Amino acid sequence: MATHETAVAVRRRDGVAVIDLAGDVNNAAERALDAAWAEATVERPDAVVLNFEGAGYINSSGIALIVGMLAKGRAAGIDLRAYGLTPHYREIFEITRLADFLAITNDEDSAVRGAEGSRDG
Amino acid sequence: MAALTRTFRNRLLRRHGEGERAARDEATPAGATGGDAPPVDIAPNDPLLAYLQSASGAVDVEALELDSPALAELKDAGVKLAVPLVSQGELIGVLNLGPRLSEQDYSSDDRKLLDNLAAQAAPALRVGQLVREQQAEAATRQRFEQELEVAKLIQQNFLPKQLPELPGWQVAAYYRPAREVGGDFYDVIPLPDGQVGFVVGDVTDKGVPAALVMAATRSVLRASAQRIVEPGAVLERVNEHLCPDMPEKMFVTCLYGVLEPETGRFRFANAGHDLPYVKTATGSEELRARGMPLGLMSGMPYEEKETVLAPGDSLLLHSDGVVEAHDPQREMFGFPRLKQAVADYPGGGELIDRVLADLHEHTGPGAEQEDDITMVTLQRSPGAAHMRNGAVPDALLTEFEVTSAEGNERLAIQRVSEAIAPLDIAEQRLERLKTAVGEATMNAMEHGSEYRADRPVTVRVATAGGLVRVQITDLGGAPPSSDPEVPDLEAKLAGLQRPRGWGLFLIKNMVDELHESSDGAHHTVELAVRLEGDDDGDA
Repeated sequence: MATHETAVAVRRRDGVAVIDLAGDVNNAAERALDAAWAEATVERPDAVVLNFEGAGYINSSGIALIVGMLAKGRAAGIDLRAYGLTPHYREIFEITRLADFLAITNDEDSAVRGAEGSRDG
Repeated sequence: MAALTRTFRNRLLRRHGEGERAARDEATPAGATGGDAPPVDIAPNDPLLAYLQSASGAVDVEALELDSPALAELKDAGVKLAVPLVSQGELIGVLNLGPRLSEQDYSSDDRKLLDNLAAQAAPALRVGQLVREQQAEAATRQRFEQELEVAKLIQQNFLPKQLPELPGWQVAAYYRPAREVGGDFYDVIPLPDGQVGFVVGDVTDKGVPAALVMAATRSVLRASAQRIVEPGAVLERVNEHLCPDMPEKMFVTCLYGVLEPETGRFRFANAGHDLPYVKTATGSEELRARGMPLGLMSGMPYEEKETVLAPGDSLLLHSDGVVEAHDPQREMFGFPRLKQAVADYPGGGELIDRVLADLHEHTGPGAEQEDDITMVTLQRSPGAAHMRNGAVPDALLTEFEVTSAEGNERLAIQRVSEAIAPLDIAEQRLERLKTAVGEATMNAMEHGSEYRADRPVTVRVATAGGLVRVQITDLGGAPPSSDPEVPDLEAKLAGLQRPRGWGLFLIKNMVDELHESSDGAHHTVELAVRLEGDDDGDA
């Protein structure tokens, strides 16, 4: 069965790199996410914001990719934030404790400002 | 004197393919006694025929020397003169004369008289022959029409007078015989425990013989279905009954299926009949089961398969009169077109109407129907899983296979979602179940089936005890897994655990119940979520 391929775009806003995710976040998204991280951090951003508004299906492999990205961020001292998650995936981020390590906001402005959520717990 | 009053032309032509009897009375000479002599048989390749055809008048039989069995017979019978009766250059008879009563030879005047008589008698004889031929043809036509009527009567008498009314189901049927009635039939058989048997069949050949075999098949099938539950075993038994008495070059193709209306379970076996199509939310597919046509060979096994018609699904059983209908360019309607129609159109009676409209458009206006057309549809109401009081009964909602390939868990999620859509499960609980189904299917495809296409994963969805239960079975046969490492995000971020390993953790947190079992050949994970309740409760 054809999956909905991941399309990733990186843009900058107020010193923050925003990664727009569209399509499935699963095993097949690994290369696209790696490339997006590299592009987002070529020039050190204040934070990296993951925009899930266009994302569809996220599975455990996708969670693992986000964990990997979070680990890279922690190693480089770059904050990760996220917005645009559906209530279901927000619940999954909470169950997996991802929400403890990346700030989840309701919209892009808040994410860019770093106004909501918490860091490291 | 005696005249040949039968046409040589027809008789001689027929004798090529028939026995001696047909031409037995072609030549009836009268001897001197005046009594009837035995008929003389003239074979079509006998040189006497060619001789008589070209003779200019009465032929002196005794003087004639030919290597001809018929001539020898005529001589033995005492025939003296043979006067050819020729009309429009065609030999249509012979006047055979014995010796004159005066025992004198025939004079030249006698011969002239006979020649004149023959010249006048031949056209009259020809007219008589033509009238008789037309009468014979009319009688044949009438007999043929009568046979068609008999065949139609037999067939219509053995078709169901009415279709069953099954709560939550729509059953529709269409049968239209071709002018030259074929051997189509269908039947709906009430069975014990509320089950219903559905039959569509086709006897090779047409007319009365096909109708009689159809009637016999239907009777044996009905009787067997009452005694045996399994469709494959029923067809085996019917085959054993039909084989000894089946006329040569005749056989019966037949699809027999048993429906459990409560659950939608449809078990079926196929004796060489056109494959039925099932319409699901994702398209249409054939229901395949192997088996030889009935009446060809005894001892044949009939594979039995089953599927589950989920709420909203429909099934089409059909005969070859549909797919083999030709357009004016002789192109057949074909299986792909019918399969697409099943996918595109609503089920039930409307499916039949729409297929008939397509068929009419295909064959063109005024085209004569080539073969019998039979269609039977079964449609399960979209909300069939609901009982009248709103409670959800225990029922099997769907069962399907997923090919083990990366990404196919999405297919499982989609099919499960469609099957449980009528249950109106709270949205968040539904989303949790979808995630759990996806993760469990991925695990089954990856670890149980090693992503091998020949090792599909089976997904079964049922309601039971106020829960929706999804069983995901792979062919790995691994024993139930002991508790794996609990994923710890901090350990993962610190590189102490690999980033992956979230699957089972997610499943456990998404469902109300999780069970694992194995029988050595199959490994099953069962996920269950409550049907009732709000979204807020912990999963």
